Amino acid sequence: MISFKNVSKRYPDGYVALNNIDLSVEPGEMVFLTGHSGAGKSTLLKLIAAIERPTSGTITISGQNIAQLKLGAIPYLRRKIGFIFQDHKLLFDRNVFDNVLLPLQIGSFENHMMVSRVRAALDKVGLLKKEKSMPIALSGGERQRLCIARAVVHRPSILIADEPTGNLDVDYARDIMAMFTSFNQVGVTVLIATHDASLLEDTQHRVLSLKQGKLAA
Amino acid sequence: MIRAWLTQHGFVFFLTLKRLISTPVTSLLSVVVMGIALSLPTGIYVLMENLQSISGQSINSPQMSLFLKSDAKKEDIDKIKQRLEENSQVVDFQFVPKDVALHQLQQSNGLTDITTHLVRNPLPDAFIVHTLENTPEALDQLQTVMQKWSEIEYVQFDSAWVERMSALLKLGRFVVLMLATLLSIAIIAIMFNTIRLQILTKRDEIEISKLIGATDSFIRRPFLYFGAIQGLVGGVAAWAIIAFGIETMNKELIELVKLYSFDLSLKHLSLEDSISLLLFSAWLGWLGARLSVASHLWQIEPN
Ligand SMILES: Nc1ncnc2c1ncn2[C@@H]1O[C@H](COP(=O)(O)OP(=O)(O)O)[C@@H](O)[C@H]1O
Ligand SMILES: [Mg+2]
Repeated sequence: MISFKNVSKRYPDGYVALNNIDLSVEPGEMVFLTGHSGAGKSTLLKLIAAIERPTSGTITISGQNIAQLKLGAIPYLRRKIGFIFQDHKLLFDRNVFDNVLLPLQIGSFENHMMVSRVRAALDKVGLLKKEKSMPIALSGGERQRLCIARAVVHRPSILIADEPTGNLDVDYARDIMAMFTSFNQVGVTVLIATHDASLLEDTQHRVLSLKQGKLAA
Repeated sequence: MIRAWLTQHGFVFFLTLKRLISTPVTSLLSVVVMGIALSLPTGIYVLMENLQSISGQSINSPQMSLFLKSDAKKEDIDKIKQRLEENSQVVDFQFVPKDVALHQLQQSNGLTDITTHLVRNPLPDAFIVHTLENTPEALDQLQTVMQKWSEIEYVQFDSAWVERMSALLKLGRFVVLMLATLLSIAIIAIMFNTIRLQILTKRDEIEISKLIGATDSFIRRPFLYFGAIQGLVGGVAAWAIIAFGIETMNKELIELVKLYSFDLSLKHLSLEDSISLLLFSAWLGWLGARLSVASHLWQIEPN
């Protein structure tokens, strides 16, 4: 599903954030990416969605080499992925419903389908009653769940989450993790980056560890 | 596929209307500015169209004078009458015998003395001919044809006013074209700036949309709709301004024309010209938005 071969990323200022990464994630797998702040987790996730481009190496997503992707093809790659951003990237001038609607509008779905899909996604994350609220009126945990709803509403085959439990209490974090597990159980490939080691203590899933831009064994 | 397409475009259309209505003062001001700018060249064009159609009417229809040779006989005169009747360019004509012409001359002040002492009538028989067309070219051509008739000594027409009218219309057309060009550029510039500001305030939305898979055309679309719709409404405003102007002028004209006794009122743009105006103004708005989007959107790249 996702494979990196000799991938390096050097930022324009010369800093090497990722150094010779090799990894492979199978379809339907759920994988954690861990490491200290600054280890390069976000950079790695951004490479998958072509938000950043690799300096060298090949990245293959569902058989497609995205290092050579033309600019015009990037939107279609991103539609295959549900991305939960570390800084949320919510639209604060639209209510909860409209935020979740955005990926469907972008993906040119039909009108009658959109409403039911948005409600289904909001239902899954427990925000159905808040569909008219503005993001500013939501708690931290609710905002995180809104991000999840927006990431899954168009039913992507890959779900990527960057620090999805960032500043949440343990109970909330566990809830969120349970949601990812349930998406994974219906066949979605899930990749979660977190610096929170406590989250991984009793996981049966594979854990990849990044240290200063290199994958540790 | 088609339904999804309609959904998307319908959505953007209503979103654009909502945006226009959500900032009523700004939208109204832009529309008024566009309306005034467009109404200037269009208004002059309308006046010219009216001038042209009035000048085409018979009150001002050009006339030609055909002078016969001094030895012209009754048969020659009849021959010419017949030819004039057959010529499709001739609307109507009038025969002026040389005695009548001399009599008219004697009536004129100041000339009585001279004419009474004439031994012999020096004036030729003449025809006064009203023609169908009034372009200098058509009149020239007709003159050439008549000059070849053997009974005719000389064909004269008052080309001065025809040429003056023609020159005036040419100048008018030039002014319209120049104004239209300059003001179109101004409208494009206004739209360019409006969209630039919109893009700046929608930076987040654009960035996020790109992050979750929006194509460039999806992101461009609302701005292009905005430009086209505002342009269209500007065109409607221009149309209304001209309609109001013509209405007002016609009221004045009725007073003026009462003194004379003929019917004169200005006409508004024809249906085709109205549609052209609206399409053109929508296109101007679209173009301004398109240029603005092309030069500003690429600067917003997510990271
Ligand atoms: N756009 C950028 N330009 C320059 N350096 C960057 C940029 N983004 C991240 N970095 C650097 O790359 C390193 C890895 O960053 P990141 O991938 O965000 O780490 P993590 O998500 O693991 O905290 C950090 O040292 C960070 O400062
Ligand atoms: Mg990070």
